[in-house]
Amino acid sequence: MSANNDTISKTITVSVLLCVICSVVVSAAAVILKPKQVANKDLDRKTNILAAAGLLVPGKSVDELFAQITTKVVDMETGKFTDEVEGATFDIQRASKDPALSVALPREEDKASIKRQPKYMPVYIVQGANGSIDKLILPVHGYGLWSTLYGFLALEGDLNTVVGLGFYSHAETPGLGGEVDNPAWKALWPGKKIYGDNVMDPQIELIKGKVEGTTPDADFKVDGLSGATLTSRGVTNLVQFWMSKDGYAPFLANLRAGGA
Amino acid sequence: MATKTSEVLTGPIVKNNPIALQILGVCSALAVTSNLSTALVMGIAVSLVTAFSNLFISAIRNQIPGNIRIIVQMTIIASLVIVVDQILKAYAYEISKQLSVFVGLIITNCIVMGRAEAFAMKNPPGVSFMDGIGNGLGYTAVLMFVGTIRELLGSGSLFGIEILPLINNGGWYQSNGLLLLPPSAFFLIGLMIWLLRTWKPEQVEKPEYVMAPNTKGATH
Repeated sequence: MSANNDTISKTITVSVLLCVICSVVVSAAAVILKPKQVANKDLDRKTNILAAAGLLVPGKSVDELFAQITTKVVDMETGKFTDEVEGATFDIQRASKDPALSVALPREEDKASIKRQPKYMPVYIVQGANGSIDKLILPVHGYGLWSTLYGFLALEGDLNTVVGLGFYSHAETPGLGGEVDNPAWKALWPGKKIYGDNVMDPQIELIKGKVEGTTPDADFKVDGLSGATLTSRGVTNLVQFWMSKDGYAPFLANLRAGGA
Repeated sequence: MATKTSEVLTGPIVKNNPIALQILGVCSALAVTSNLSTALVMGIAVSLVTAFSNLFISAIRNQIPGNIRIIVQMTIIASLVIVVDQILKAYAYEISKQLSVFVGLIITNCIVMGRAEAFAMKNPPGVSFMDGIGNGLGYTAVLMFVGTIRELLGSGSLFGIEILPLINNGGWYQSNGLLLLPPSAFFLIGLMIWLLRTWKPEQVEKPEYVMAPNTKGATH
């Protein structure tokens, strides 16, 4: 390092050159790799949706399997389909932060502790014969112990029986709350019922300990996660919130009436 | 030169390990070692960033003005880290999701900066590159050591393949939940440094302060 490197002109030349070269390298990498990254993200989203509905078949490509699914967007206020936003690219996390796309929840209504609820939610429909709904996959999210859990809840065509629940993003304690990813626990969900007689008021909940098959309302109860009371409570809250009148219940009512 | 190159490459693995001897880069070693695949990818990423930042910084070391050398190093390191992050997102999406912010935080990993300032600024590009690879390997070795213990005893698996069947899945092994949490890596790295220094006592630092002999009490 010779002393003449420290002149003002040399300092400016080196820093400008370096900045130009580095920015070219960084932007080139970002632009060239962008299509691949977008494809990855899309594949990941589709895989999660299919996994929640139990539609993943080993050996079949995700895109092929996803072809049976129709993506639609629901206006959460009216509970009807809308074309306001594009379902395939709708980002729930980003929408929750955007005042134009979400509404602040008053504390007493904010059961899932999400603070802001998107005005629109994408829903995924597996069409059955003659246009009926075979399966309906709804995105859900809510706060657990440490983190917001993002997942999908899949329902049968009766809009009450659970097909599956899966979370694709969370940061709960590994081994305790993190067991929401355990296949053995996820296998408890299929066949459970969300609503009793009142289709605005979800009954389903996680309980402490094991659900005995003989209890009369066993269909509405799922084993809690051992050692993870707060994550279990969070899962109960988020499922109940999203299936209540503040969540998808009005939309489901419209679907039942055939007018969504 | 040949002996020097191999020394530069292998020295940092045991003799002059960046984590065990220099105690650098411990933060990320805690965060990414709960399973082996993330630990390995993180190790490779850090090795590549250290090697190439050393290479580029060394190549222009005679042009870098002394006043702004740290900023110049940071710019080069940061650019490389962004490139690595973009590549991971494109070609190893699952792993990059698990590593999340820690890829970006390679920028602040003291090993990268430390090698740039201590080695690349004073040595030619070829040997600087090898030094970067060597230090990256030393970092990776520690990550793999910690990752093996944490994943095996914490989740009963290695690279996601079940070795000890867990009770939760109908096996016999009760996993140790502590090992899945970052603080456990502190204990493991501490124990590892202890072992290493017992094996190679020359790594033990001399105490910086020595207690002075008692000059007053003895006469009374």
